Amino acid sequence: MLSFLIRRIGVMLLTALCLTLIVFYLTNLEPNLEKLTKSEGNQRMTDAQVASWLERNGYRQNLFKRYGEWLGVAPGWTGTNEKTGAPVGRCVSSGVAPENTPTFCGLLQGDWGFSTVFKEGVGGIILKKLGLTGWLMLWVMIAMVPIALVVGVVAGMREGSKTDRTLSTFSIMSTSTPEYVSGVILIVVFASRLGGLQWFKGTSQSAMENLTFANFMLPVAALALYGLGYIARMTRASMTEVMTEQYIRTARLKGLTFGAVVLKHALRNALIAPFTVIMLQIPYLLTGVVIIETLFNYKGFGWTLVAAVGNNDIELMMAASVVAVFVVLMTQLISDIGYVFLNPRISVN
Amino acid sequence: MERLTSLQIIGQILTQFTPVWIGLVVILALSVIFRKRLSLYGKLFDSPIGMVGLVLVLFWILTALFADQIATFDPLDQISGMKNKKPGWPVRGLEDMHYLLGGDNLARDVFSRMVKGSQSVLIIAPAATIFAFMVGITLGLPAGYFGGKTDTILTFIANMVLAFPVILLFFLLVTPEIRSTGVPLVLSGVLFLFPIVFFVLLFYSKFSERPDKLYLYLGITLVIGFWAYSGLAFNKDPLGVFYMDPNLLNIFVSVVFVNSPTVFRIVRGITSDIGTRDYVAAAQTRGERPWYIMLWEILPNARGPLIVDFCLRIGYTTILLGTLGFFGLGVSPESSDWGMTINEGRKLLSLYPHLALPPALALMSLVLGLNLLADGLREESLKD
Repeated sequence: MLSFLIRRIGVMLLTALCLTLIVFYLTNLEPNLEKLTKSEGNQRMTDAQVASWLERNGYRQNLFKRYGEWLGVAPGWTGTNEKTGAPVGRCVSSGVAPENTPTFCGLLQGDWGFSTVFKEGVGGIILKKLGLTGWLMLWVMIAMVPIALVVGVVAGMREGSKTDRTLSTFSIMSTSTPEYVSGVILIVVFASRLGGLQWFKGTSQSAMENLTFANFMLPVAALALYGLGYIARMTRASMTEVMTEQYIRTARLKGLTFGAVVLKHALRNALIAPFTVIMLQIPYLLTGVVIIETLFNYKGFGWTLVAAVGNNDIELMMAASVVAVFVVLMTQLISDIGYVFLNPRISVN
Repeated sequence: MERLTSLQIIGQILTQFTPVWIGLVVILALSVIFRKRLSLYGKLFDSPIGMVGLVLVLFWILTALFADQIATFDPLDQISGMKNKKPGWPVRGLEDMHYLLGGDNLARDVFSRMVKGSQSVLIIAPAATIFAFMVGITLGLPAGYFGGKTDTILTFIANMVLAFPVILLFFLLVTPEIRSTGVPLVLSGVLFLFPIVFFVLLFYSKFSERPDKLYLYLGITLVIGFWAYSGLAFNKDPLGVFYMDPNLLNIFVSVVFVNSPTVFRIVRGITSDIGTRDYVAAAQTRGERPWYIMLWEILPNARGPLIVDFCLRIGYTTILLGTLGFFGLGVSPESSDWGMTINEGRKLLSLYPHLALPPALALMSLVLGLNLLADGLREESLKD
């Protein structure tokens, strides 16, 4: 088990390094740097001025060197201000004496950089926004997982029955409705004058301070709906497979009631596969979160990612990417480990 | 002039779709008559779910084909006085002409935009899926068949792309600025090579002993392949037939790039499963070469799951394209792309729901059709 874990985590770290390097390269492309220069300096800078600004601020070093600086494994660049002669550099900040300036300042030291849009430290922004998105994810999971499992189990219990057909069609319909479609339909039906119901609010801006049923129902419903169908279908597939097993027939022949067979014998074995599916669904939820937070104006992690990309906020983009990649890789790891624990037939050696 | 009632609007829209109804009836009638000879496609008519899916998909294909006849106005025409007007509003100065589903924020006809929007989706989504399949098959077959180092490296790369949050990749790849850096060109240069490689391998492995056929097929593949390649990937087609708008190329390449690893994983899985069958062992004993076994023994036997996944993947690609449009990264700022129309309409959603609703329902019904079709195909192919 231990060697499996170590190998798995090793591959994960390697993937994380490769991915962040790619993101680093893509966010630090020439046009982005040029835009950054002009927004930090002024819009009418000439090409020569842009080049010299980039040179002075350490953007002209080797890509790998700069990636190392950002990560915190290479020493931050240093130099002196041409006019005042004061030391400048990646790790130099006003109010810190030169002798106290650290050599390394990157991700590993907890220095996530400074956001040019929010004028705040990136670490703080990310933490705050993740908290908001955490609430959204929590409620989506609470709404989605039990419904999906019940739908899947009931549909898979008697394969080919009317209930199965109806629930399967419902699952297909839910997987065919992406968040931006269900969000629009839900808003029109439940929050607009045309729908006439106006039970809920079409925007979740107020939910950031005060989360209520009225202002949080629609985004949660839209997000849960898209993921629900997929999990339900996987649960159904797993359930139908279990129901054809020999031990289910034995249990039936023993004279147990159908309900007891399903609850005591089938359910536990049928829920192994959906666990993996639910974990792997989380990365897909990330895309949904970005869409839904934009649609409902809920300023969480997804909204921040859009804002960072739209305003060319390189440090914030990098931090958001690290978090996103981390979430994806962690869910993969958990689903792998969980699968091994839940399924006694799988051996890691 | 009066505004149309709901019933009149529905009647008018149904009349506008006349070419589609005729086409549907003809295709379905012919299919039912010849269903015995149509193998898997013919069997689809035994499954009600598959039938519904097929009708929905055919409906949108025919709509895209006859879009010019169905649309009542030019999707870019702005008619004064029609801004945000409700469905069925009469057009001033034109006798008996109405905006069937109302006007949008720029006084354009919502109905015509929805109809025209089907064209770009139905060209890009299947084309991108085909390319993704070429990449996935060309790499997945050797990875599953040989295993070993090739497999380890390719799987690592595929897993890496899969670990990349899709939305982030799109934000980074589909920006106008990135075009000047050449990243999409490199990607397209690599990804567009795969179809050529695939067909060369396909013909070479089959006809390597028969030079007459080999040279003919290889010649045709290479000439057409590199002709299209030069035009599509680098916009350097000497005759100017193959051309792709740089923005479109950007989107296309990103969608192919995102889809390929999943196809790769599926093909790899099926290949390593089929690779243990007796007929593969028989071919190996006959002394067939690896690529012949992969392309002419394993691939045809893997077609069932691949066709099903193909349908599902077109639906998924449609959703992806919609997502891109939703974030304003569509084909062109003026186009009537469904995702972009939803994006424009969502800002006024509580006041004017008729702007975003038609493209949203259109996109949903197309994806639903593809998913139902895939489900029907899966069910029927499992019956054998």
